[in-house]
Amino acid sequence: MKIPIELIRIVVALVAVMAWVGLNALLLVYCERKYAGHIQRRPGPFEVGPHGIIQPLIDGLKLMAKQLLMPDGADAILFWLAPILSMIPVLLLFLCIPYSPLLTGWEVNLGLLLILAFAGLNVLALLLAGWGSNNKWGLLGAARAVSQSVAYEIPLLLAVLAIAFQTGTLNLTEIVNGQGSWPWQWNIIVQPLAFLIYFTSILGETNRAPFDLPEAESELTAGFHTEYSSMGFGLFFMAEYANMVVVCSVATVLFLGGWKGPFFDGWWWFLAKTYVLLFVMIWLRWTYPRVRFDQLLNINWKWLLPLAVANLLGTAFLMKVFA
Amino acid sequence: MTRYPNMEQVTGDFYTQNFEKGAREGSLILNMGPQHPSTHGVLRIILELDGEYILRCDPVLGYLHRMHEKMGESKTYRGFIPNMGRVDYGCPLPWNWAFVGAVEKLAGIEVPERAEYIRVITTEMNRITSHLLWWGAYILDLGAFTPIMYAFDEREWLLDLLQTPTGSRLTYSSFRVGGVGHDIDDKFIEGLKAFIPYFRSRLPMYKDLVTDNIILRKRVEDIGPMPLDMCRRYGATGPVIRGSGLAYDIRRAEPYGIYDRFDFEIPTQDTCCCMGRYKVRLAEFEQSLRILEQAVDQIPDGPIIMDKAPKPSWKPPKGEVYFAVEGARGKTSVYLVSDGTKSPYRVKLRAPGFSNLSLFAEAAQGTLLADAVAILGSLDLIIPEIDR
Repeated sequence: MKIPIELIRIVVALVAVMAWVGLNALLLVYCERKYAGHIQRRPGPFEVGPHGIIQPLIDGLKLMAKQLLMPDGADAILFWLAPILSMIPVLLLFLCIPYSPLLTGWEVNLGLLLILAFAGLNVLALLLAGWGSNNKWGLLGAARAVSQSVAYEIPLLLAVLAIAFQTGTLNLTEIVNGQGSWPWQWNIIVQPLAFLIYFTSILGETNRAPFDLPEAESELTAGFHTEYSSMGFGLFFMAEYANMVVVCSVATVLFLGGWKGPFFDGWWWFLAKTYVLLFVMIWLRWTYPRVRFDQLLNINWKWLLPLAVANLLGTAFLMKVFA
Repeated sequence: MTRYPNMEQVTGDFYTQNFEKGAREGSLILNMGPQHPSTHGVLRIILELDGEYILRCDPVLGYLHRMHEKMGESKTYRGFIPNMGRVDYGCPLPWNWAFVGAVEKLAGIEVPERAEYIRVITTEMNRITSHLLWWGAYILDLGAFTPIMYAFDEREWLLDLLQTPTGSRLTYSSFRVGGVGHDIDDKFIEGLKAFIPYFRSRLPMYKDLVTDNIILRKRVEDIGPMPLDMCRRYGATGPVIRGSGLAYDIRRAEPYGIYDRFDFEIPTQDTCCCMGRYKVRLAEFEQSLRILEQAVDQIPDGPIIMDKAPKPSWKPPKGEVYFAVEGARGKTSVYLVSDGTKSPYRVKLRAPGFSNLSLFAEAAQGTLLADAVAILGSLDLIIPEIDR
């Protein structure tokens, strides 16, 4: 039997993606803690390794060494399924992100659709975690996670759809190829409103402050992952960071020209742009207070959604007129 | 499979079972605390929730009860002062003052001039540290992590200064009957003089970055209304009642020590909401700085404690006395009954936090869970003070 070459490519890419996700989580945890430290006038991690560089690795080891606990009365299947379910879709998402023309795990014509579809699975994991752990705080966190993710997915889709309209494709590589090397040739210049809507929505989608209500620790102790210890928590944590990287990568592809940049095109431009967006997310988290839940939904239904619809209709109209 | 077969029959303790009796159909009973991040210690609140709306709530106290009042009955007058440093760890010096003030009033003791000034200076510094602690922790409750680090930067400066005249950083017990325990030196005065303009220059930054932030304003404005009559009903004092528009400050209403010599204002806000209480506390920074400036300029030389200050075996005259001071959280007062022996017959500590907490259940009714956290924080509760 002959193994199809495409399958081998996907398996290799998946393994690479797993390594990349792990590495990225370590790097991002370190960056976030260091960055937060400097925002708060302290050095951040400093003890383990030079400038605390091994700290996330040691933290990961510590997490693995912890006991896996399941509370009494919890639904064992759902409880253990949830962290795994939060991690697996994220790995698939990485598969179709084009880091450069060569560094694309799996070039699919419906790459954008695939990403948006699998990104929606994350909320199921949060719901199962909150419901399965038989904890009232967890339940409240899960309820928040669901209504927040469902609400913020809509403006996100509409914002992305405007780009799809404009470029006429759902293939991520082609979307990048449609943009030029210089910043004024990127989609963000044509679609600034879509970018703003997209960026606000991804904060809600990935549960990052100021929209981190599902895990708001001053209200819900830890929200949906209250009862998780050890790598159960670790997986949620990694999935959150991986999700952040995915949504920022997609933003880079859609709005910031992907791997294209001044002078030398290549994956370095992709990483640089993604990390700039990630830093903005971290910066927001360590600066702003948390919004209240009704305000969160009001922002979405009263502002983001009408704006996104208007943006989409405007794009469609202009496409029709000038095309 | 549950490991406890009888778990269904025994759920919750006495308080929960009692609370559940009045529960509505389909509501969720939630136990918030005693180990909850935003109850700041071991306060426990039982909530009845409909979705995230609070139908009913009930604070449960007593997780940090240390019998300070009972201990007072077995300790000497001098030996009880360290207890006063532990009633309210956020702002212990007013408690020190309330107790020694009561004893001085009972025995008719005159305090030397310099000691009075040292008392004013250290107490006002303590008020600033307490408000800074509250400010950082309150913003933390609302979900912003960074301001507490900035608040602690200034708080640290003051704590370093306060080490000299009090000998400790947290549980101060430096006041003595008839004066204070330690003198302040030139280094202390210099440090304080450097701190005042520095802190003043930071306040506009806090206003721009935190107070005027749109998310914060939406979270605290018009949340947790406590009209004046409600404050009066529950006996609220301090920034809580001043945030409801009444300029009630013991430093003016029942002047003690040398507070009548200083020129300062009593900031009030009549919005009655969390923002009102927030702004009152922030305005009190400025007033405390003004008092500090004047006190540092006026402080005379002289003894810091009266001649023949009470020894442990000292016996005051018989009688009862009541003495109140303005703490960071409100009216801090001591009612003392002496039967002429070495230790008090009865010490009653009136903690402002206890009265302020009792407003919570009414104010939080019908609000969201996140609002309840904001209201609880705006009352500036220190749990050891509530339980005593």
